[in-house]
Amino acid sequence: MKLYCLSGHPTLPCNVLKFKSTTIMLDCGLDMTSTLNFLPLPLVQNPRLSNLPGWSLKDGNAFLDKELKECSGHVFVDSVPEFCLPETELIDLSTVDVILISNYHCMMALPYITEHTGFTGTVYATEPTVQIGRLLMEELVNFIERVPKAQSASLWKNKDTQRLLPSPLKDAVEVSTWRRCYTMQEVNSALSKIQLVGYSQKIELFGAVQVTPLSSGYALGSSNWIIQSHYEKVSYVSGSSLLTTHPQPMDQASLKNSDVLILTGLTQIPTANPDGMVGEFCSNLALTVRNGGNVLVPCYPSGVIYDLLECLYQYIDSAGLSSIPFYFISPVANSSLEFSQIFAEWLCHNKQTKVYLPEPPFPHAELIQTNKLKHYPSIHGDFSNDFRQPCVVFTGHPSLRFGDVVHFMELWGKSSLNTVIFTEPDFSYLEALAPYQPLAMKCIYCPIDTRLNFIQVSKLLKEVQPLHVVCPEQYTQPPPAQSHRVDLMIDCQPPAMSYRRAEVLALPFRRRYEKIEIMPELADSLVPMEIKPGISLATVSAVLHTKDNKHVLQPPPRPAQPTGGKKRKRPSDDIPDCKVLKPLLSGSIPVEQFVQTLEKHGFSDIKVEDTAKGHIVLLQEAETLIQIEEDSTHIICDNDEVLRVRLRDLVLKFLQKF
Amino acid sequence: MDPECSRLLPALCAVLVDPRQPVADDTCLEKLLDWFKTVTEAGPSLLLLQENPCLVELLFRVLKAHDPRPRVLSFSLRLAGLFAAQEDCFQYLQGDSSLFVASAAGQLLVHILALAMRGPAEGHPSPQGCDWPACAQKIVCHVEDSLRSTATLQVTQALNVLTTTFGHCHSPWTQGLWVRLSPLVACLLEKDPIPASHSLVDLLLSVARSPVGSSDCGLWETLAQTLSHLSPTQAGPLALGILKLQDCPQALKTQAFGVLLQPLACVLKAAAQAPGPPGFPEGATGDSITVDTFLSSKSACVGLLCQALAHLELLQLLPQRPSPWPQAPLLRAAVAILRFCHGSAAPTSDVGGHLCAVLAGCVRVQRAALDFLGTLSQGTGPQELVTQVFAVLLEYLTSPDSSPMVLKKAFQATLRWLLGSPKAPSCCDLDPHTQLFLGELLPVLRKRLCSPCWEARDSGLEFLTQVTRHWGGQAAFRHALLASEVPELTGQLLRDPESYVRASAVTATGQLSSWGLYATPTGPEHPEVQQESLFTELLHILSTDSEGFPRRAVMHVFTQWLKDGHADVAEDLEQFVARVLQAASQDLDWEVRAQGLELALVFLEQLLGQPGSRCPYAVALPEAAPPATLAQVLQALCRVQLFEFALRALFDCDRPVAQKSCDLLLFLKAKATPCGGPQEAGASPDVVSVEAALQRWQAGEQGQPLGELEPEAVMAVLRSMDLEGLRGMLAKSSDHMEKSPQSLLQDMLATVGVLGENEADCY
Repeated sequence: MKLYCLSGHPTLPCNVLKFKSTTIMLDCGLDMTSTLNFLPLPLVQNPRLSNLPGWSLKDGNAFLDKELKECSGHVFVDSVPEFCLPETELIDLSTVDVILISNYHCMMALPYITEHTGFTGTVYATEPTVQIGRLLMEELVNFIERVPKAQSASLWKNKDTQRLLPSPLKDAVEVSTWRRCYTMQEVNSALSKIQLVGYSQKIELFGAVQVTPLSSGYALGSSNWIIQSHYEKVSYVSGSSLLTTHPQPMDQASLKNSDVLILTGLTQIPTANPDGMVGEFCSNLALTVRNGGNVLVPCYPSGVIYDLLECLYQYIDSAGLSSIPFYFISPVANSSLEFSQIFAEWLCHNKQTKVYLPEPPFPHAELIQTNKLKHYPSIHGDFSNDFRQPCVVFTGHPSLRFGDVVHFMELWGKSSLNTVIFTEPDFSYLEALAPYQPLAMKCIYCPIDTRLNFIQVSKLLKEVQPLHVVCPEQYTQPPPAQSHRVDLMIDCQPPAMSYRRAEVLALPFRRRYEKIEIMPELADSLVPMEIKPGISLATVSAVLHTKDNKHVLQPPPRPAQPTGGKKRKRPSDDIPDCKVLKPLLSGSIPVEQFVQTLEKHGFSDIKVEDTAKGHIVLLQEAETLIQIEEDSTHIICDNDEVLRVRLRDLVLKFLQKF
Repeated sequence: MDPECSRLLPALCAVLVDPRQPVADDTCLEKLLDWFKTVTEAGPSLLLLQENPCLVELLFRVLKAHDPRPRVLSFSLRLAGLFAAQEDCFQYLQGDSSLFVASAAGQLLVHILALAMRGPAEGHPSPQGCDWPACAQKIVCHVEDSLRSTATLQVTQALNVLTTTFGHCHSPWTQGLWVRLSPLVACLLEKDPIPASHSLVDLLLSVARSPVGSSDCGLWETLAQTLSHLSPTQAGPLALGILKLQDCPQALKTQAFGVLLQPLACVLKAAAQAPGPPGFPEGATGDSITVDTFLSSKSACVGLLCQALAHLELLQLLPQRPSPWPQAPLLRAAVAILRFCHGSAAPTSDVGGHLCAVLAGCVRVQRAALDFLGTLSQGTGPQELVTQVFAVLLEYLTSPDSSPMVLKKAFQATLRWLLGSPKAPSCCDLDPHTQLFLGELLPVLRKRLCSPCWEARDSGLEFLTQVTRHWGGQAAFRHALLASEVPELTGQLLRDPESYVRASAVTATGQLSSWGLYATPTGPEHPEVQQESLFTELLHILSTDSEGFPRRAVMHVFTQWLKDGHADVAEDLEQFVARVLQAASQDLDWEVRAQGLELALVFLEQLLGQPGSRCPYAVALPEAAPPATLAQVLQALCRVQLFEFALRALFDCDRPVAQKSCDLLLFLKAKATPCGGPQEAGASPDVVSVEAALQRWQAGEQGQPLGELEPEAVMAVLRSMDLEGLRGMLAKSSDHMEKSPQSLLQDMLATVGVLGENEADCY
């Protein structure tokens, strides 16, 4: 059993598991942090960005000044942003049988895999995952395609050139494999390969293994997966949460008794407690608005935003903010808000019960109804008519490199009254802000990551008791910035096996058993014999039939019945005779007693030698030796068949036959 | 015992001895015992037993029962003890598995022992006990056997009996008892683990506090030995107990203090980046046993730290605390613990790393450490350390991860440190460090007042109230506060959805306003609307808020304003009182009405003059206000409708309100009576109508207004009323009927009856 690790990002995993005869890809995450190296894509003509000076080498060589621009001491690539794909060379991706998706954040690389690698298999995911995943992809494509950029920089990627660049460009990995965003056509084609599944549904893969999604509590439709055969169980835990937010709670019990548990997608901010961060978010929002400033919240169009809107719904009245407009701007804003209300069966119990009242499960419906929350596909059109300040704007993309957020950063960045509050943990906020420096706007970092923290992981592992844990290497040591926090790592026995990008792990267990079925008529013919109390044995002669990874013992073909008087034999009827079977032997030969028996039967001059594997009984007179080992006995005598048979019979006396 | 109770008693005794009957709960039995206690104290018990043979029968049958119910058994034992303590006929019942029985039996043994020793052994008993009464001999032998036992339960019970003995009996014979038993107690220390360590500590402390302690008898050695044998967690309570003792050897005190300091010394050592300044006195240097405890498990580490912090906190407040008090290292340790809990410590040692992992985010330790740090504010420290204290407090106040309870504690500790900080010598204003800290604190407070968590808003407001109460007059504070947005936000919180927060906001705005620091909120909601005065706003809360807490808070603020002569009040005093009383009189919450009477009393006192050092409600002041003034006063009282408010309150269905009103009217009557004036108003039509109205009120028809009142009529009514009698009646608790023994007996029987009926229903 092997695990091919195609992504080094612990929360955007992409691993391939070879298990029995199947090849299963676990998640398909896309590392978008590469875009932080690029200049933002402004929605409207932006003189500041377009007038940035080109970057030149120390010696004055300016051959890169068209591709690289300098802003406040940082160098950015002036080109269409590109993404860092999962490793494609480590394993032939056309051999992947299925892809299991655990949540909508972990499928963003799907079109690259399904459309460009010869993949012919099936993708499994839950309905909300697919629907919201589609929204995320649609938003991404829209953000990038609506601001066409003529230039595509490639000179800087040259290995020799890259070495000369300043950090972080110098240290960026595998820049040659970075790719531009996919198209909507590719998205649609990729999504068409998905088969929808429900929690706890058992899906047979080629009769070899069974895969089952379990609720993971992290996002709408988010799942962990169990991959099991009759005798082995592998659990794949991706983004999971034990906090009470909107999704169905995590199913922990089904993860018990795993041989291997692959653990990814833990919180990226282990020291920040989501509750505290939500409090911080609300307080800063209120303080800014009270002073007449605007609040910008760069976010994804689904996920934490639902919880934030719910908190604000309860908070705005107490903070005296009921008259402040909240704007949600995204090409998919409307669909996202509506989708969240229709996936009732995927929601936590509280929200599910609301549906029966009937009430919308999320209170943002009421915010929309009372005009407190308004949503727009983009800043163009209706929004510009309705726009009122001070206000709160939720918009993407959290990387601050594309999407409507770029516009608001430029618009509001110059005033210290305004605040940008980062809630998505995927991007370093300082790096995200770099191309906007110098910035007068206040910046607040309130990362809200509801995924498991290390205390929860340790409880989970104690609860489900896997034999082995496999995880990204980042989880096996404290975070680099807090090397003394030994509590911020996975602590389990035996120690977790770690992986890094482009590594192949041999998973630490051997398959030992395979289930074989016996046909009823064959089973009927067995005559078990009790050899020890409680243990019976029977011999079976049969034909092993293996098809679709199922093994069946079938009765051996019978010799043709002699028909009537005609005994003409045709070659095709020539079936080998089943010989009368010799009895099977069991037991061991006690050497001393055996020697005594030999003496009783007239053999003399017997010598016993101990060997590494057993004994040799030497009949010197007869020039014969009997080699007794644990699993075999040999009588070696020189052409004396009578003697051999006599000795054999004496040996057999000590063994049981059946 | 009254005949009705005597009549009920046999039935109850029958219930108690009947194993098929359910026994009433422990509270009832306790009440029953209390009652028997008063009965036996009131008259001869023998007579009681003769008149109520059912009681003897009860004791007899319960003690003879094969399988008595523990509750009834313990009740009977204690009842028997009440009646016949001198009867030493009870078996030793300590072994009973029921805690009630074991404890009752233990106490009984102690009483029997004390009684037995009272007679002959007075004087100089021999330690060997050969001249002790047989009964006492038997008990002591039993205790000795138990102490030798290998069963922890038995040892525990023997130790408990001894603890009670040394706690209650201070006769010279106890010294003999200790001499006889101390070798056995010392033997317990040799065992590993030490059995019943809690009880052992209790016993040793009990002995040390008794006269035996002052006569040495090797007790101090035993204590020293015990301190070193017990585990750090077990030794903590003993060490604290030793340090509380009035006179014990200095060496023992030093050892005990060392035990308490050990865990903190350990923390200091673990937190140290480099050899730091001198730490704790010798004997407290973080020994390996403490380190082992820290490393053994999270709960052991947390438990030991919390215990040490709590003990040291208690100790600091005592006059006999060790001197010199290691203030600086304690401060350093508290700061280190808080940093470990916050994850902001960067230790280099292994123990430090472990502590960091164990303590990160541990709310229990955070709370204990903040409490402790707050107590340390009573002392001083080097400026560099005080700066660290404020820094760590600010860290906690700022951190989004501080739980509501931790935040509250952090605010409390901050307040204590702020108020303890020295004033700048030159200008009587805050010293520069404090001013600097305020500059950082107020933005944090501002953010906390905007928190979505109501507990955070609430503790922020409480802090603001306290700090303003003390510093409202300090120029630097006023300046910083007014420059912050805090006063406006506080005003905003008057409309908070959470009633506790509204109440705290009321108190805070009241305090701010008293110092002229209140600014009307200009929220983004209605920036254009000119806000009304705070008085109007608070009055609005008083008359409309659906919850009691904010309304009570408003009444407290108004009373304070009246006392302080607040500008808003002084503007039109009568108008203020009239409006407040009117609102309060209609309130459904009795505490609001009672506070209304408090306010009325303050008003009265201000008009009539302070009663001085006398009891405010003392009768007949010789130097009453001059008649002319009195008449004016009475007129004023009529104008603000104080009489109507007070008279209505006199018949309030809530007793405290009626009592307060009664006191107020008595005070007024006493003030007004000596002056002559129109006393002969006896049957004027006014009085008749007032009395008629009062009668209707008394009958519960409170809806009727009193109408315009003439001062003369009021005084006449007051004179005619038996206010003293009313006060006496009100002084009796309202449930004096329900508390009667008769009612108790009836209730207990009724419970049985109900159960009986249920049983019948089942068939």
